[in-house]
Amino acid sequence: MRKVIANPLALAGLLIISLILLLALLAPWIAPYDPNAIDVKAILLPPSMQHWMGTDALGRDIWSRMLFGARISLLVGIVAVGIATSIGIVLGAVAGYYRGWVDTIMMRLVDIMLSIPTFFLILAVIAFLTPSIWNIMIVIGLTSWMGVTRLVRAEFLSLRNREFVLASQTLGAKDFRLIFIHLLPNSLTPIIVSSVLGVASAVLVESGLSFLGLGVQAPQASWGNILTDGKEYIQFAWWLSLFPGLAILITVLGYNLLGEGLRDALDPRSQ
Amino acid sequence: MSDTVLKGVALNKFYTQRTGNLGLTTRTIRALDNVSLELKHGKTLAVVGESGSGKSTLARCLLQLQPLDSGDVWFKGRHLNELDAAELRRQRRFLQMIFQDPFASLNPRMRVGEIVEEGLLIHQLGNAQQRQDKVVQMLQRVGLSADDMRKYPHQFSGGQRQRIGIARALVVEPSVVVCDEPVSALDVSIQAQILLLLKELQREMSLSYLFITHDLRIVRHIADDMMVLKQGQVIEAGAVEQIYTNPQQSYTQNLLMAIPGRQRQHS
Repeated sequence: MRKVIANPLALAGLLIISLILLLALLAPWIAPYDPNAIDVKAILLPPSMQHWMGTDALGRDIWSRMLFGARISLLVGIVAVGIATSIGIVLGAVAGYYRGWVDTIMMRLVDIMLSIPTFFLILAVIAFLTPSIWNIMIVIGLTSWMGVTRLVRAEFLSLRNREFVLASQTLGAKDFRLIFIHLLPNSLTPIIVSSVLGVASAVLVESGLSFLGLGVQAPQASWGNILTDGKEYIQFAWWLSLFPGLAILITVLGYNLLGEGLRDALDPRSQ
Repeated sequence: MSDTVLKGVALNKFYTQRTGNLGLTTRTIRALDNVSLELKHGKTLAVVGESGSGKSTLARCLLQLQPLDSGDVWFKGRHLNELDAAELRRQRRFLQMIFQDPFASLNPRMRVGEIVEEGLLIHQLGNAQQRQDKVVQMLQRVGLSADDMRKYPHQFSGGQRQRIGIARALVVEPSVVVCDEPVSALDVSIQAQILLLLKELQREMSLSYLFITHDLRIVRHIADDMMVLKQGQVIEAGAVEQIYTNPQQSYTQNLLMAIPGRQRQHS
């Protein structure tokens, strides 16, 4: 942990993510307006002291909607990555531990999944399902486990013949013990790094889906659909597009900085 | 002989390697070529050879960490390479190993106490309190203290780590211990201490050692019998004194001539 703080990139990422998480958690208390309250007397107002980020075509306060949208974006990112990482750990562990034909089959499955452009696969699946935040999380999770699988498999392959693992096997340990006591804890660093980077891409995918109208449905706010609402007025109401765009940019940047920083800080070769 | 604890008969292990253009031709490397050996109760058998001679493969095949291509391993009358998985795991307790690299052989994320206790836990030997006492006893026996239990491996020096490795292997009271170059990664001054410790423990616990080394200076101090391995084949085998004073094969003669300081002793 000390090494993470000593790394300026990781620290910057950590601060950005913490700030956004804090804002999202405190949204109901710090939002000045109800995010869905329509006010016909305050349509398309530019940013001012009353409305920090202006209002949209229905007179809703953008700052309030942004705060509640942050909850959606972060929730989708974290849950989707949680699903993907869990699948990746299980499949990667099985492939890397048992090797042989099990490994071959699983890695070909990974290759097949990787050969399909993920975003279009998600689009196709979502088109058949009712667009809802839960469906989005599950679909993103189910289509982004391949990287973690490869990572865990590679770690397991290299750790499997290390002497401390052989020592445990010599003592009579079962597969379960070798995997969960020896192999997995020593593979955690790259898994954590890739999960953090994964959240960034999941946030982007969610925003993209919401922007296309296949994600979070109105009136519920998400950064993606605030952006969509704004695109029709972009010529005279820039604040509708600028703020959600910036929020997505900063969040993704924050996760990437944290991920890259963690990689540098936790890499044993850099110690 | 009735006091043989570990016996390997006609062990073979081959690796095939793709070579040449596009990997179309294959080359077979004979890691073990018809190797037989016998380890007697309470004795030390040294396996000597240069790098790549198949010493470590022999150790791993004997302990069933790698499958053999052919041959049989007998441990106290049990056909080790024919046992089912559960029975093999039970027998593993009696066949332990001490590894070469004291930095790679301890799980960096486990405390020393947990590392040493692992074997007791796996075989359910005693309750938590008894296991704890046993671990403390063993650590003290190898020259560490009870306080070291809560530390992590990176807090120790190479020699101390090797002591932890020895404690881990011996706490389950095995009868055969395979020592795979246990001192070759250590400073010369530490080597002597570890060798001495191994000898004392052998006497106290009536252990049989299979001692793998490339260092002939050590063999005379620790071993009763020795075998010389070259490219997977046994070149020469017999009692240590006999081979040192009267080596039959030119390869063995050359190995003995190459011991540093030997000429000076004889002149």
